Amino acid sequence: MTHISPLRTPAAASFDPRAVKRDFPIFERHPRLVFLDSGASAQKPAVVIDGIAEFYRSDYANIHRGVYHLSARSTELYEAARERARRFLNAGDAAEIVFVRGATEAINLVANSWGASFLAPGDEVVITELEHHANIVPWQLLRDRVGFTLKVAPVDATGGLDLAAFEALLGRRTKLVAVTHLANATGALLPVAAIVRLAHAKGAKVLIDGCQAAPRMPVDVRALDCDFYTFSGHKTYGPTGIGVLYARKAILDTMPPWQGGGDMILNVTFEQTTFQDPPARFEAGTPDISGAIGLAVALDYIDGLGREAILAHEMALTAYGVDRLSRLPGVHIVGAGQQRYAILSLNVDGIHPHDLATILDQHHIAVRAGHHCAQPLVDKIGFGATTRASLGIYNDESDIDALAEAIVAAQKMFKR
Amino acid sequence: MDLRDLYQDIILDHGQHPRNFRKQEQPSHFANGHNPLCGDRVTVYVTLDGDRIRDVSFQGRGCAISQASASLMTEILKGKTLAEAEALFAGFRAKVTGGEAPPTPAPLEDDMERLEPLTGVKSYPARVKCATLAWHAFEAALKNGATGATVKTE
Repeated sequence: MTHISPLRTPAAASFDPRAVKRDFPIFERHPRLVFLDSGASAQKPAVVIDGIAEFYRSDYANIHRGVYHLSARSTELYEAARERARRFLNAGDAAEIVFVRGATEAINLVANSWGASFLAPGDEVVITELEHHANIVPWQLLRDRVGFTLKVAPVDATGGLDLAAFEALLGRRTKLVAVTHLANATGALLPVAAIVRLAHAKGAKVLIDGCQAAPRMPVDVRALDCDFYTFSGHKTYGPTGIGVLYARKAILDTMPPWQGGGDMILNVTFEQTTFQDPPARFEAGTPDISGAIGLAVALDYIDGLGREAILAHEMALTAYGVDRLSRLPGVHIVGAGQQRYAILSLNVDGIHPHDLATILDQHHIAVRAGHHCAQPLVDKIGFGATTRASLGIYNDESDIDALAEAIVAAQKMFKR
Repeated sequence: MDLRDLYQDIILDHGQHPRNFRKQEQPSHFANGHNPLCGDRVTVYVTLDGDRIRDVSFQGRGCAISQASASLMTEILKGKTLAEAEALFAGFRAKVTGGEAPPTPAPLEDDMERLEPLTGVKSYPARVKCATLAWHAFEAALKNGATGATVKTE
């Protein structure tokens, strides 16, 4: 049996980041660690680490193959993880959940299966300036093969999406809108419900990259009415190598396979092969079984804390961080539109982000420096590079204080 | 390791006030260096007189280490022969990567000494490429002439 700890259901008011932190063994090994890079990848709670180990110890075999007990057990756990992911996104049907390596693979899947089948020269795909490279490059690669037009909706002066400019880009040729839910480089939230409404009014499909949103706010794909939604396991406190693609069933059914192999077929002859229905059609080969099971444990864990409670905690901490850091002379926080979520992207006068990150590292503070895989955006609004502090459920005000103090120390060092 | 070993005064000085920070209008050689990992960019301009470096300058943006390294490099290379420049790069590269340094020819010992403050990066593996970026661009410029080649540090 894989043992999953009982769900904890603290009220928002009782959210205790210090107690949460004790669930993460990395902080036992590195007691002084101030981890402010959860936007790149989150740390793992013991239940996830132990859940994966326990699965390998007790229940492991390949899935969908063996008639023997262990294989049936493994299959059952893997499919239970799919159901868990369905519940996490409030999708209507577990068959709408495809396991992938991560959001990058999910977007490449949509591009290479749906996009290659349904996009044609003259069509238009709309993205935004706030995208991660994973939601830019797959569309450029496909554009170069197919010949459609890729349009980019700009940010406004505050760093949020310019919704009017976005709307102006939509037309009868728009076939797909692919947007991030929450911009990884700046923490700007996109008005995804409005985006879906506007896009659907033109008959376009909508893909949402939920990598940064999924770990910190409730996501309801049916309420959003989006066509595709994706997130990565490793940013939701789960293992690396696993992620989820949600796709509306009516669309998924029309999509051809993008990778061939075992487990995705009904019947194979050398003349012709017939394929499984979704989601198996898109999961060729032995999948990351333990990853899916570890992800399910992680989703139990964060839903046990409650995503409303997580959001409230991180919003309060974000506000504290903005207040604390913007009081420091020479520190500039990059704009995130009307509301900032859990990400503080900043520049310090006279100190390059890489120098700052090295100095912060000496203070045991882990941040990301550079373009955060959002080079076009950071070139435009962040002078080519920023230092990014991204928050997680184990962070509290002391982490922000440590960051502020280390920035002041760096300023002293660089002041000559 | 003490951070002051990495950010010595000489590094901070050259990082904030880089020398020979200018474009040459008609260099005999130039090339771009790009560190895709962190986005640091540098363009190195070289004007040769026979096999001697008559002028070397740079422009770019990046961290203090990359800017200071480029600045120090231009100061040291001006007036050197190509063979001397090659020996200096070989020695410098070995020092910052912790590899085995070839013996420094006696006339270049003072110059190697001047590069010493940059060798603190060897304790910071993620920063070694910052220190070698300008040198790679210099090398690429010599190889490619005035075509404006781009060399990446990966």
